[in-house]
Amino acid sequence: MATDRVPDHLKPNLAPLSLYVPEPKFRPGDTVDFTQVQIPAAGEARRPDTADAAGSFTELAYHLVRVLDDDGQAVGPWNPRLSPDTLRAMLRSMALVRAFDERMFRAQRQGKTSFYMKCTGEEAVAVAAAYALDYEDMCFPSYRQQGLLIARGWSMVDMMNQIYSNTADRLQGKQLPIMYSVKEAGFFSISGNLTTQYPQAVGWAMASAAKGDTRIAATWCGDGSTAEGDFHSACTFASVYRAPVIFNVVNNQWAISSFSGFAGAESTTFAARAVGYGIAGLRVDGNDALAVYAATLWAAERARTNQGPTLIEHFTYRAEGHSTSDDPGQYRSAGEPTAWPLGDPIKRLKDHLIALGEWDEERHAAQDKELAEQVKAAQKEAETNGVLGHGLHQPLDTLFDGVFEEMPWHLREQQAQMVAEETASGRPWARK
Amino acid sequence: MNMIQAINSAMDVMMGRDPDVIVMGEDVGYFGGVFRATAGLQAKYGKTRVFDTPISECGIIGVAVGMGAYGLRPVPEIQFADYIYPALDQLVSEAARLRYRSAGEFTAPITVRSPFGGGIFGGQTHSQSPEGIFTHISGVKTVIPSTPYDAKGLLIAAIEDNDPTIFFEPKRIYNGPFDGHWDKPTQNWSQHPAGEVPTGYYKIELGKAKVVRPGEALTVLVYGTMVHVALAVMEEAGVDAEVIDLRTLVPLDIETIEASVKKTGRCMIVHEATRTSGFGSELSALVQERCFYHLEAPIERVTGFDTPYPHSLEWAYFPGPVRIGEALKKIMKDA
Repeated sequence: MATDRVPDHLKPNLAPLSLYVPEPKFRPGDTVDFTQVQIPAAGEARRPDTADAAGSFTELAYHLVRVLDDDGQAVGPWNPRLSPDTLRAMLRSMALVRAFDERMFRAQRQGKTSFYMKCTGEEAVAVAAAYALDYEDMCFPSYRQQGLLIARGWSMVDMMNQIYSNTADRLQGKQLPIMYSVKEAGFFSISGNLTTQYPQAVGWAMASAAKGDTRIAATWCGDGSTAEGDFHSACTFASVYRAPVIFNVVNNQWAISSFSGFAGAESTTFAARAVGYGIAGLRVDGNDALAVYAATLWAAERARTNQGPTLIEHFTYRAEGHSTSDDPGQYRSAGEPTAWPLGDPIKRLKDHLIALGEWDEERHAAQDKELAEQVKAAQKEAETNGVLGHGLHQPLDTLFDGVFEEMPWHLREQQAQMVAEETASGRPWARK
Repeated sequence: MNMIQAINSAMDVMMGRDPDVIVMGEDVGYFGGVFRATAGLQAKYGKTRVFDTPISECGIIGVAVGMGAYGLRPVPEIQFADYIYPALDQLVSEAARLRYRSAGEFTAPITVRSPFGGGIFGGQTHSQSPEGIFTHISGVKTVIPSTPYDAKGLLIAAIEDNDPTIFFEPKRIYNGPFDGHWDKPTQNWSQHPAGEVPTGYYKIELGKAKVVRPGEALTVLVYGTMVHVALAVMEEAGVDAEVIDLRTLVPLDIETIEASVKKTGRCMIVHEATRTSGFGSELSALVQERCFYHLEAPIERVTGFDTPYPHSLEWAYFPGPVRIGEALKKIMKDA
């Protein structure tokens, strides 16, 4: 054994090494106390010029850009001074995302689809960004930015058709529910493979720059996914070519059951990673829609004026399970979501509008009711196209469509085989 | 032209024809590539169309996929096929599936060029033939030329193709064909008819094999460097072999293969790549399924051994004239 090679009297006088394995502060049954989470006051972080050198962002990368204070007032240099109409529209989009999530989660529990993922507590991250970007800017989302599509006004029925893999599913039942693709709405095809969209967003942005276009790209990944190699290559390429791209890291503290410490969050912030790449880094209160909006607008201006990429860490909390296949009660304290010091993004924006005298609880309750009805109506319409449990909805031979632009002989042979099997099976949903 | 010049010419022609074609990779820009395949292109088309990249294969391919989604037609280079593995996730999970998973909304019209194959004392990481990894992936095409003429025509077709294509360039025959006799002087492409390459545009359809030597005694299925090795062995043995250069592995020209084996009744498959689960296994299975009643001898696979590619023992590893000759004796035993 290796340890036997060195005689005792020659061994240095050191304690044996020990391997450090991170552990979250609270496990199931623990009482949650988030007082150790440092939350700077709203309005405290400075707002640099969008042309500032990437090297000057170190302090901001460890700070927290916040606009909404505890009294629901918008304060400080990042206050985007949005009109009440825009604030109400953003609030409505966020509430619609939550209503959509609730309905689709229930649809999964009812067996109408195989899978769903909510973004509860993270609605501001996608919705506010969508308001700050141009509609023509290309989004490379992960699976938890459904708010982009909803904020861009995309059809909920179309989204549900995809979730149900029904006859109207634009992706022909080929993709797992929620892996949307909507080119028309600037929403890139979602992949199950984490962070692959990061270098792709850089490539899209580089192409836009190379062609002298004015459009920029934005991409999202979670805190856990920053550990993927693609994150590193994306940051390197974006920095090298000053690509007009916005990197969003949605730090919701959890990657399924592993807390953000396993992505390196105990030693640093995710925004701070930008500094090493020579990228502007901002750390933002992800539950503050105005901070998300302002930071995105700032990064978009930086990108659009050829100043290069920005990495925005959205400090937030995944309020519910990772997916319909997950039970967070198995690995974290049930008290965490309510104890999270940055609160709920919808409530915070609502309180702000109420503080401005531009909204009230009655209108909010009425809106929630209306949105629930809207989602319900969309669901009803989508279900006329079928739900997953009803069987196969797409003509069987579409299974072979789109592997290549034109179908080669071996796929034609396999397609014929499948059709023959189907005929032989006599199943009720046989090929039509 | 030698094969490098032909490949260079293909990119030059396509960049001239289509402003969306861009070339990127490690050392491909100012320097013109470690094999000179991109020499002069940056000077001619500018830095935004031909540029050096960081040393990051997953970045190169990931960025190319994003550029393809934007509407460009990227031709990324991976310096050696041995270094394509860091890009596998982007190739397998992204480029190959993008059209399928988005039901055609997004596509990845990229052509990944990469020098491959052994016979150059490249050792373990400059000699591999990983084509079998790619032929196993639904959604990518795999192309391997064996002459300068084919290299240019096939590369132009690959760049024009709207599907992601892996274009493996047998570096052993960049400068001249190689017949497997490593101890004898080699020819240059200038002495070979396929070294005559038109300077302008032409293309060779993907998915079409080429019968490089018609014959009756047996069918030899081969591609890349091994085309020339197999041809030489058959000539030296005086066997009337039908040698078929597959040129495209996916989609495969099954008709040409099937017609030939049904005619000859014998089939030998030769490739440099390791044997187990190599592309030869797929070829063997296809021939067996389709030509079983015409076969007069078991199908022979002549391949590299199932070991990493060695350095000093290269010529014991390489499926050269001796190994092909032994297989030939076996397959022709009862003829």
